[in-house]
Amino acid sequence: MKRSVRNKIYDKVFEIIGYTATFFGLIILLYFITDIVYEGWNRIDYDFLTSYTSRKAEKSGIFPAWVGSVWILALTLIISVPIGIASGIYFEEYAKKNKITYMLEVNIANLAGVPSIIYGLLGLEIFGRMFGFGSSILTGSLTLALLILPIIIVSTREALKAVPQSLRDASFALGASKWQTIWLQILPSSMGGVLTGTILALSRAVGETAPLIVIGALAYVPFIPSSPMDEFTVLPMQIFEWTSRPQHEFLINAAAAIIVLLCITFLMNGIAIYLRNKWQKKNQW
Amino acid sequence: MKEKKEQRTIIQSESINVYYDDKHVLKNVNLDIKEKTVTALIGPSGCGKSTYLRLINRMNDYIPEFHFSGTIVVNGKNIYDDSVEVEELRKDIGMVFQKPNPFPKSIYDNVAYGLKIQGIKNKTVLDEAVESSLKQAALWDEVKDNLKAGGLSLSGGQQQRLCIARALAVQPTILLMDEPTSALDPISSAKIEELIFELKKQYTIIIVTHNMQQATRVSDNTAFFYIGDLIEYGKTDELFMNPIHEQTKKYITGRFG
Ligand SMILES: Nc1ncnc2c1ncn2[C@@H]1O[C@H](COP(=O)(O)OP(=O)(O)OP(=O)(O)O)[C@@H](O)[C@H]1O
Ligand SMILES: [Mg+2]
Repeated sequence: MKRSVRNKIYDKVFEIIGYTATFFGLIILLYFITDIVYEGWNRIDYDFLTSYTSRKAEKSGIFPAWVGSVWILALTLIISVPIGIASGIYFEEYAKKNKITYMLEVNIANLAGVPSIIYGLLGLEIFGRMFGFGSSILTGSLTLALLILPIIIVSTREALKAVPQSLRDASFALGASKWQTIWLQILPSSMGGVLTGTILALSRAVGETAPLIVIGALAYVPFIPSSPMDEFTVLPMQIFEWTSRPQHEFLINAAAAIIVLLCITFLMNGIAIYLRNKWQKKNQW
Repeated sequence: MKEKKEQRTIIQSESINVYYDDKHVLKNVNLDIKEKTVTALIGPSGCGKSTYLRLINRMNDYIPEFHFSGTIVVNGKNIYDDSVEVEELRKDIGMVFQKPNPFPKSIYDNVAYGLKIQGIKNKTVLDEAVESSLKQAALWDEVKDNLKAGGLSLSGGQQQRLCIARALAVQPTILLMDEPTSALDPISSAKIEELIFELKKQYTIIIVTHNMQQATRVSDNTAFFYIGDLIEYGKTDELFMNPIHEQTKKYITGRFG
């Protein structure tokens, strides 16, 4: 067989495998989403969003859960984003290329792969017990911040790396200091990538359950948290709790809560994509 | 070439050695450059032209493998002295790169950048600097109605002139150009060459080029480098007409390089 013909067949086969793989993933995702929307859509109304949980499924709502999620999200953001971006900048722009830096880099990359429940144990021990923050929003946020820090650091570094050397050269050659170059050229040019990574990391934090269970987040919260020291629940915890009930009505509640949670994640990912496109258009080299 | 009044030496390089780790890239180079002249640096690829150029505004400092010994005195100051602030040095020594590299900002902001980072905020000062720099770079007429447009929306040749304007805005005395026309079409290149001719009245220019015609057209003096050695340095006319060294002769007649 001629080589060109053989290559064409390989091309075709690979294309088909690629399509199948993509469709397989999509179809499964679609199946889940349709199933959940079918189950839960009609359950979502104003009352559902503004009620506390109750022993009766029809009267239960996700008010404390979504407020808790917002609290957790906001606080996690405030804690993790400045530290994550600053560390990313440090590693990419300032750190000397030596053994210690290398060790730190490898470990940060490894941390991104540590199971989240381990972070929960760490958070429980350090923030919950040692610092005495208990099962509060603060403990939860600090724990989740630790969990997503590696992702923010790594994606910040990737974004900074993508800034061409020529831009740095141009700035330095005009007498700009390193700090000015980073602040006025490199960061604005890489902001799209930095924000995308950050938002994706945060949307992972919104969906986390295991570490929050470990630090002792409650399943039943009859109040709206009003300070970071309050106890709390979050949407995924609420969903988890409802799905463990035998009654079908609670499963419907869970489906409805999942829809709300999915909407939040999709919204965040949408913002990430929007920002990426917007910044990419602005910075074409 | 008309003889100017006795020109001052503005850059003195003495016993310069540069290593990238173990690689000896510049070997005991001595090179003095006179004020308000154009000096062309020529030589085969990898002979150290860019390295020499980037010594003068200390742009090699960012390369971890870079090691330097020797002295370079610019305007009477040893620029590798510990007391020298590179940021200050670079305000006096502008640089134009091989590939046009405007910032992803407006034309105005590109030109004003060098002044803004010095803390100059006065709008009229900035406006005037932007206008006069763009005029000096022969770009004003083409962009004056559209200073808000992105620097990257210009053509390659215009971008390079924008980069020149940007360098001029901080009022340097020396302008370093590393193959400034190699990425440009012949017409844009010719414009830049004309510009160099104009700028020479006011600035000392060092230009790296692979184009022999360009070297003869724009420069007063030429330095020929070969694998890290400064082989020959002298008046451009003389060097091209009667090269002393065999290597120079071979190179300028295109027999190697
Ligand atoms: N960062 C670096 N690390 C190691 N070696 C380098 C580095 N930069 C340049 N060199 C080496 O130093 C030598 C001189 O490089 P330089 O860029 O000064 O050459 P050049 O004369 O400008 O060449 P060209 O005409 O191709 O631009 C080359 O052999 C090059 O491989
Ligand atoms: Mg070069």
